[in-house]
Amino acid sequence: MKVTVDQDRCCGSGQCVLTAPEVFDQSDDDGLVRLLHPGPPPEQYASVRLAAALCPGNAITVHDA
Amino acid sequence: MTTAAHRATPTDPADLAVPASRGGCPFDPPPAYEQALHTAPVTRAGLWDGSSLWLVTGHAQVRAVLADQRFSADARHPGFPFLSPGRRELVTRATPTFLRLDGAEHARQRRMLTGDFIVKRIEAMRPEIQRIVDDTLDRMIAGGSPADLVSAFALPVPSLVICHLLGVPYEDHTFFQSRSTALLDLAAPAEDVGVAQRELTDYLRELTGRKRRHPDESVLGRLAARPDITLEEAAAMGLLLLVAGHETTANMTALGTLALLRNPEQAARLRAEPGIAKGAVEELLRWLSIVHLGVPRVAVEDVDLDGTPIRAGEGVLCMVSTANRDPEVFPGGDRLDIGRDARRHFAFGFGVHQCLGQPLARAELQIALETLFRRLPELRLAVPYESIRYRTDMIVYGVHELPVAW
Repeated sequence: MKVTVDQDRCCGSGQCVLTAPEVFDQSDDDGLVRLLHPGPPPEQYASVRLAAALCPGNAITVHDA
Repeated sequence: MTTAAHRATPTDPADLAVPASRGGCPFDPPPAYEQALHTAPVTRAGLWDGSSLWLVTGHAQVRAVLADQRFSADARHPGFPFLSPGRRELVTRATPTFLRLDGAEHARQRRMLTGDFIVKRIEAMRPEIQRIVDDTLDRMIAGGSPADLVSAFALPVPSLVICHLLGVPYEDHTFFQSRSTALLDLAAPAEDVGVAQRELTDYLRELTGRKRRHPDESVLGRLAARPDITLEEAAAMGLLLLVAGHETTANMTALGTLALLRNPEQAARLRAEPGIAKGAVEELLRWLSIVHLGVPRVAVEDVDLDGTPIRAGEGVLCMVSTANRDPEVFPGGDRLDIGRDARRHFAFGFGVHQCLGQPLARAELQIALETLFRRLPELRLAVPYESIRYRTDMIVYGVHELPVAW
């Protein structure tokens, strides 16, 4: 799995940080998404997919290998 | 996903009204909307002013509208549906905030605040929120049983928290709470809503002006100190944060408490399983959907919504209360089950306008409800359940009073 984020679409809701905190973070300055792990381990797949589904700005894209 | 066969012919708008009357259970959406969810998740409905709009009740369809920029939140577009005379009045006089702006204008304002509501900043506030919850509960207990949970606990807690965060003096709470009530009253004449809005704006313009001259570290202090914002904008954003910051959490706290008291096995689980508070709050948000009149939008282009053509200039109302009960996403969704995974709910909306303060609301609700039920194991209603008055007459649903004993 490969994950990308689009900061232009991010509205800082924090859903991704609540759902998959090992993979996503928020910037201290502007609250926008920061990707910690573009290639998360398999045990994170389910929460990353949920984070992408919950993202209100559609800022997270999951590319399955 | 609803199949085409399920999409019945659009209902006569006269038959489906906004707002609609509630059925027997004060926690459930109006039966007419629940029926629409099962038969026609995109259908016509009539508004108070004689206009009609598209009522969207299904989870997939609500998600599609709120995620689509072709449905605008900007109430200055012709055809935007207003939920009350007061709502319409506000658009003509108030400086627009990100709540009612689209695209770059929206992003510019919202991004001045996103850093203030990030998850880790709110998590760091938990000890302060816990202290406020404990102190408020101490005062309620000291006042003796019975007490009105709304005025003694549910309203002061988020008011104290948002005042602390924004840098608004809590001593002024009687003033701003009464004006908030007027702003959110569906039946209030437009003039009264205009007066309340003007008084609150004057108050916040004065406060942010003072902060602009003497900056502090509060959210409004840092907003007012920015060179790229006018005082009018800062005051309008301050008003939005102040009203949204206490009304919604207050009503979720009181209505959530009543829901747990009416479902004692769920309250017992909340007391017995310490880690369950987070999931319990998501489930209460889903089940109660206090934004009971829905989220309004207007189409700015022609859009095909799940097979239904929506034309530019037509109003759309996303009914989050029924989307949050959609059996496609929440099997057995009419039942309150605090052990359920309810995270796909739309209680905070969806799309780029999804609630900015949601990490704060979650932290407040988790701490307030967990603490209330832990510290008062004998908590119960002090009046007959049938005598409780619900806020069907307000933009934000809940209870007007909640007399409790312990």
